[in-house]
Amino acid sequence: MSALSPQDAASATAPGFGNSLDYVTIRVGDQLLGLPIGRVQDVFIANRITVVPRAPDEIVGLLNLRGRIVTAICLRRRLGRSVTLAPDAQGLIELTAIGIDHGGESYALIVDAVGEVVRLDRSTLEPLPVHLDRVWAALATGVHRLADELLVVLDLDAVLDLDLDTAA
Amino acid sequence: MDELLQEFLTETGENLDTVDRELVRFEQDPNDRDILRNIFRLVHTVKGTCGFIGLPRLEALTHAAESVMGQFRDGATVKPIAVTAILETIDRIKDILAELAEKGQEPEGNDETLIGELLALADQARGEIAPAPPPPAPMDPVAAYLARHGQATAQSAAEDIVFRSAPSPQRGRDGRIEPGEQPVHAEESHGAARASGPATLRVNVDTIEHLMTMVSELVLTRNQLLEVSRRQEDPGLKAPLQRLSLITAELQDGVMKTRMQPIGNAWSKLPRIVRDLSGELGKRIELVTEGAETELDRQILDLIKDPLIHMVRNCADHAIELPADRRAAGKPEQGTIRLAAYHEGGSVTISVTDDGRGLDIERIRGKAIARGLTTEAELEKLSDAQIGRFIFQPGFSTAENVTAVSGRGVGMDVVKANVDSIGGTVDISSRPGLGTAITIKIPLTLAIISALIVVAGADRYAIPQTAVRELVRVKAGDDNRIEQINGAPVLRLRGRLLPIISLSELMGTPRAAAGEGFIVVTQIGERQFGILVDSVFHTEEIVVKPMSSKLRHIPLFSGNTILGDGAVVLIVDPNGVASLVGAALSNEAEAEPQASHDHVQNGERTTMLVFRTGAGGLQALPLSLVTRLEEVEAQAFERGGGRTLLHYRNRLVPVTAIADTQLRNQGIQPLVIVSDGDLTLALAVEAIVDIVEETFDLEMADPDERGVIGSAVIRGRTTDIVDLAHYLPTGGAGWLGAARGAVAAKRVLLVEPSDFLREMLSPVLKASGQNLTMIADFAAAAAAIAEESFATVLLDLDRDAEAAFAFAAACQEKPRGERPRLLGLTACATPDLHLRAAQAGLDDIVGKFDRRALLTELNAGGAEARHAA
Repeated sequence: MSALSPQDAASATAPGFGNSLDYVTIRVGDQLLGLPIGRVQDVFIANRITVVPRAPDEIVGLLNLRGRIVTAICLRRRLGRSVTLAPDAQGLIELTAIGIDHGGESYALIVDAVGEVVRLDRSTLEPLPVHLDRVWAALATGVHRLADELLVVLDLDAVLDLDLDTAA
Repeated sequence: MDELLQEFLTETGENLDTVDRELVRFEQDPNDRDILRNIFRLVHTVKGTCGFIGLPRLEALTHAAESVMGQFRDGATVKPIAVTAILETIDRIKDILAELAEKGQEPEGNDETLIGELLALADQARGEIAPAPPPPAPMDPVAAYLARHGQATAQSAAEDIVFRSAPSPQRGRDGRIEPGEQPVHAEESHGAARASGPATLRVNVDTIEHLMTMVSELVLTRNQLLEVSRRQEDPGLKAPLQRLSLITAELQDGVMKTRMQPIGNAWSKLPRIVRDLSGELGKRIELVTEGAETELDRQILDLIKDPLIHMVRNCADHAIELPADRRAAGKPEQGTIRLAAYHEGGSVTISVTDDGRGLDIERIRGKAIARGLTTEAELEKLSDAQIGRFIFQPGFSTAENVTAVSGRGVGMDVVKANVDSIGGTVDISSRPGLGTAITIKIPLTLAIISALIVVAGADRYAIPQTAVRELVRVKAGDDNRIEQINGAPVLRLRGRLLPIISLSELMGTPRAAAGEGFIVVTQIGERQFGILVDSVFHTEEIVVKPMSSKLRHIPLFSGNTILGDGAVVLIVDPNGVASLVGAALSNEAEAEPQASHDHVQNGERTTMLVFRTGAGGLQALPLSLVTRLEEVEAQAFERGGGRTLLHYRNRLVPVTAIADTQLRNQGIQPLVIVSDGDLTLALAVEAIVDIVEETFDLEMADPDERGVIGSAVIRGRTTDIVDLAHYLPTGGAGWLGAARGAVAAKRVLLVEPSDFLREMLSPVLKASGQNLTMIADFAAAAAAIAEESFATVLLDLDRDAEAAFAFAAACQEKPRGERPRLLGLTACATPDLHLRAAQAGLDDIVGKFDRRALLTELNAGGAEARHAA
């Protein structure tokens, strides 16, 4: 398990301060996504997951993160993409997870891969294109233009608010 | 030292600390009545406790302080000098307490100067608010009474909770905003408090909770380390690891223990209370306690403390009779209240038993009606035990006079509410003249439960041990095997049919082996059902963690936990399982009271013919429908046109195999001959088993199931009841046609509350060509008859003859042409019933099992109708 220390950069994360924004970059499929660094508590590899029968699709299961029970939410499914979990020979699955606190509870966001922490200039942030998929539009707040690709900024509260989705 | 004194010292020390803190805040803001009321109550409680325990010097002091406080409460201006005087008093009290803690008795000394000072202050204040009439001392008769008689302890327990939920004393002291104001007092007070109390420490439950989490983490890490060392075989690592392992286990034990306290702590004050009460009430009462060492979670202990005191007071006040009455009743003059606590299967049972007069069921009955909790009719159906439970209803008190001791209308309902809130149950049983027993069953702790770890599919689950009655191993072909009723699995368990729910099916995972595994017999209230799991691991103490808010809507789980090996495991909620399986179970529950009602009312015993069918199952048919039993040479069968016929008594009778029975080609074929008017049918069965007369509960089958009405346990075996209607038409339309032609389809309404009889009669009626409508109760029947017109109405007279006659009377009011023919059905026709039926306007009465007569009557009705037309 590796852990990033969010505190170092936390001072610079609050929106509205300074001209730069810090993100933990992740990937779902080919898409580069950014999570506001202030919200990210942990980055860890989960290999033992308890599936919860009758749970909403997006919930992969429950994880034990240092004695706390964490609800794992699959970002892929949340974004409306299909997932196939492929356990290895021992029946274990290696999942890359991002630990997030939301409403006093701990969640793990399962992603395909975690990249580096980037600091981007606020001026490169643009609103979402209007023709974006409905699900994506509800979960993202904006897009950063990078040199070679686009970074979609996720709204973590919206991502974790599963009820919102069912209501819509 | 006396345990009572010990506890008094702790409590008083804490109370005083709080007063100290509040007083300073009060001086800052003298207009805050809330703070004032708090302080007053605290001082008052201390005073009451002192008086109760017999500490005159302390009592005099606190009394003086209280009268000053009383004046403030009534509106006098708070002068700094008064606050100082009270603080001084409190310091003096602490000195006395410190000595009390050391020597076990009040030190000699004189407080007259201080008391004089206080009284002068009180007088001064009283002068100031001269027109204010009420003197402070008897401010509330109840509180005053309690203060005199030791109930103050209960009050202080309530304050304990307030106190604990308030910021802890340490934080209060550190976080105080006005360190310059009264620093001397504050310092002194804490020094004194430490000296006066015994060596205990109150710790926030959250702190312990956190400790527990950490310890379970430690256990997990140790387990991982052990695993590593097993692989590496490093002797240098082994010894320290073993030590670590031991220490961890002890630490875990220790942390668990911090939460546990002997229940004796909760009832240590009771002997004194009972003694005082017996003096006051002029009764002789002995309190016997058993199992005081039974350990319980502190949180729970706090919650049951007050209910226990309340129940014991109730016993003393209401249950135990006066010595003279007891003598007259042939009982010893001295009444006994027995308080017992013991562990029982993961929970603690506390019982309060007395040998008094028992519950006054009649009075409870009257009161329940007066309060509109129930109706007379409903009460009739209830047993005395059920009626006794009304005392748990809010505001229910049968005490005629509100005595000072109890009977203020807050009573057993509060007890029940408290016990309910911690997931416990309360029950009461009483025998008139012999006594009452109240049994409380509570979980050991809210945080750690004993759970059975089971496997379903690939996953493990925890089932709370409290819900588990027993475990049954099932295996295909074994005695304990799962049987199916139309795909619904059931298990026979000591003469009962136990519905089985497969856990893996619920969880949507594939099962390891069909028909094998373990049944966890689960009880929810009165309902029992079995949960089928693949295997059972062991029972483990688990730390319950609440479910994530995203998953809380799933009724199957009550929480989750982390097991020793670090895996997250879901805790199955048996209630949720029951509710999810839903319809089947709840229908059964609803049907149950009705079924038992049957037995009480007329004990419908039915004689059944039981036979075996090809599928290996047992089926049965009411004997009244059977004409004969025959054994026929298989050669006698004549097969033609896809049908098998038998030459029987000069007639050709169709032969139909029941269920999967194979018609034999040779040898003897047992047949059940059923005839219905002109129509005769031979049912081929595997073997005739028995004729039994039994009262049984019919469990209805799925409507899709062919050939079976439902099933019942007959002589301890699951038996399907044959639906004759299913076999009759298959015999062929041709030979039925004659019967049909005779009575052109008429509309017949059958009103029969018994599911069983309704199902039994319907094939007979349908087969005879009636256009049948079946209704279970008269209210619905009245509605049906208002909407449609029926040629004949068949009324059941056994269940509720009055309703049937009333219904008949209502039918009379219809215009002549529309009036249906009314036939009463009864299992037992008495002359009296005939007479009453005639008076009510019924056309005739027919025996329920006399099909011939019934069909004749119906045909007669048809003929009449035709004549009229």
